[in-house]
Amino acid sequence: MSSMPVGVVDAESEILAPVEPTRTPGARAKRSRVAFLSSGKATAGLVILVLFAVFAIIGPWVAPYDPNEVTVDLLLPPSGAHWLGTDHLGRDVLSQLLVGTRSVLLVGVLAGVFATLLAILVGVSAGFLGGVGDEILSALSNVFLVIPALPLIIIVASQAPDAGNLLVAIVLAATGWAWGARVLRAQTLSLRKRDFIEAARANGESTARIVWFETLPNLTAIIASSFVSTVTFAVLSQTTLAFIGVTSSSDWSWGTVLYWAQANQALSRGAWWWFIPAGLLIATLGMALTLVNFGIDEFVNPRLRAAGLSGRGLRKQKITPRIGFTAVRLDPVGARAPGAPTAQGSTASSKPPGTGSTPTHQGSNPTDTEAAR
Amino acid sequence: MKFLGRRLAFYLLTAWAAVTINFFIPRVMKGDPVQSLINRYQGQISTEAEHSLYVLFGLDTQESLWQQYVDYWGEILHGNFGISFTSFPTPVTEVIGDSLPWTLGLVGVATVIAVVGGSLVGILIGWRRGTWMDAILPVTTFFSSVPYFWLGLIAISVFAIWWPVLPLGGAYDGGLIPGWSWEFVSSVLEHAILPGLTIVLASISGWILGMRNMMVTVTSEDYVTVAHAKGLSERRVMFGYAARNAILPQVSGFALSLGFVVSGTLVMEMVFSYPGIGLQLFNAIGGKDYPLMQGIFLIITLAVLVANVLADVAYVLLDPRTRQEA
Repeated sequence: MSSMPVGVVDAESEILAPVEPTRTPGARAKRSRVAFLSSGKATAGLVILVLFAVFAIIGPWVAPYDPNEVTVDLLLPPSGAHWLGTDHLGRDVLSQLLVGTRSVLLVGVLAGVFATLLAILVGVSAGFLGGVGDEILSALSNVFLVIPALPLIIIVASQAPDAGNLLVAIVLAATGWAWGARVLRAQTLSLRKRDFIEAARANGESTARIVWFETLPNLTAIIASSFVSTVTFAVLSQTTLAFIGVTSSSDWSWGTVLYWAQANQALSRGAWWWFIPAGLLIATLGMALTLVNFGIDEFVNPRLRAAGLSGRGLRKQKITPRIGFTAVRLDPVGARAPGAPTAQGSTASSKPPGTGSTPTHQGSNPTDTEAAR
Repeated sequence: MKFLGRRLAFYLLTAWAAVTINFFIPRVMKGDPVQSLINRYQGQISTEAEHSLYVLFGLDTQESLWQQYVDYWGEILHGNFGISFTSFPTPVTEVIGDSLPWTLGLVGVATVIAVVGGSLVGILIGWRRGTWMDAILPVTTFFSSVPYFWLGLIAISVFAIWWPVLPLGGAYDGGLIPGWSWEFVSSVLEHAILPGLTIVLASISGWILGMRNMMVTVTSEDYVTVAHAKGLSERRVMFGYAARNAILPQVSGFALSLGFVVSGTLVMEMVFSYPGIGLQLFNAIGGKDYPLMQGIFLIITLAVLVANVLADVAYVLLDPRTRQEA
């Protein structure tokens, strides 16, 4: 690692952190959890996600009206009685959105879980098998990466008798697992050659044990990041499918609201309350997921952590980001200045290699570049 | 060119997989709506066309699955994708052929603008990180989390209804006759502004973020420091040393994200009633036009594969290491 800014920042956080004489597993977990949450982005994202989850659970109960209840209040703008107005049949838009939250999150999480399981299965076994098995599994995931997902999903969902939430989630998982598998395979390959895996093998541990207890814990961050990306993909796709009218129309979701709005000329009627809130909800959920992923990325890749600091944050730490590549300390601290190699040395001495997030540094670049897509 | 050969083999494999998936989906889903559609057009479908429908949709149950598969390939290789139900009795290939140029024009230009523009902005943000330009990042995060079609809805309501400066949708004025007259071409351009800009806006953020993250990683490499130490001009270091290395994952990422961009664009066409593949797909969904849907899926996959080949050629040109292997 030749990154000077990282050394500096890491050294400082090490100094600030209370030094623990014995590193028990519990203490390490606590420290890494704090490190994850210390990025404000991740915390903000998590808070928003929890809010959405709460509404997904209580939505149908707190909705002021029945979302299907047809009234004579046609196409009313927002008012005290209808906070987000009504649609062309006098149905309450806010209630539709509240009730629809459950579908969106359910499909997102289900698809995320299925796809991540599939990705772990394919990715980790490809990384461990090597040889022909690896070639076949990699080719399989690459094929699924290249084939455009949406038309495929449309074909499957529209030929099904009734495209309910579960079917949509399964189809989305079947088309969305490949990226995670690819990243996991790369990371497994690099882990497989590490000393601690070799040591485990030399100790005569079974392959199952090596996979479950030596490899998977080191993949946690990448698995989490790929889960979050898949949920984002699933939420966007589910909304798109509902918007074009492929999913079952009896399930309310945010896309269904937009579908009705588009089908009834909400745009030319100027009924902004009908389509703007739904889109903003999708955007907020997507942003929350992206923020959590940024948090994971920065946790995994310290270079981004340093880069993620705002200019002001860096200046507060007396670091001037200059033409992008070297962090310069304004006031030399003692004899350490300019200090980067020494700082790195101190990092290495205070943090034994192979703990925390260290093994996951390499090979994580694909996640960073793709996280937001 | 070992690298390109490997890639080509992979794309052939992908094309085979796409056709095979297309073959199995109606057979697994037991799409009996097809039977009802044949009933609907009873007497209008010639026996030959009926047979090809049977083959394409696996209703030919007296034959073995393998024989069906072979027949299916025969139909596909002869360019016979069946007959569209919604625009009966036009063959699917003709419907797709009419709409493909619109999509290719719109998506092609918009994607090139988004990739080039996004990479340039990403280079600048990554190079001068910690300045005001970092403020672009949260904005791009927002745009990357919004579905394309919703941006399209907003764009229409702002620029076509609320402040009517641009047309609502379609590809050209209904009163004009398609041709190379200035009137027609300008109408086409005018109609393409709104959908094109929306696609650029929606897809550019991914390229900016990817490029910026790679720049941040690359700028701390030793060869960049050495280039600076040699006293090369900042522009030279930025583009010739840092960006040239940072852009490689962008090019390979292009291949992977293209399917996503294309999917978003299809929905965009539905919103703008732009007469491309996406609108045809939308109509096909409404009319339960399965032959058209499947034909569109195959064509889109092939188009994405061709774009991937181009990206690979660009990769070979950019990265001397791939040429050395040969």
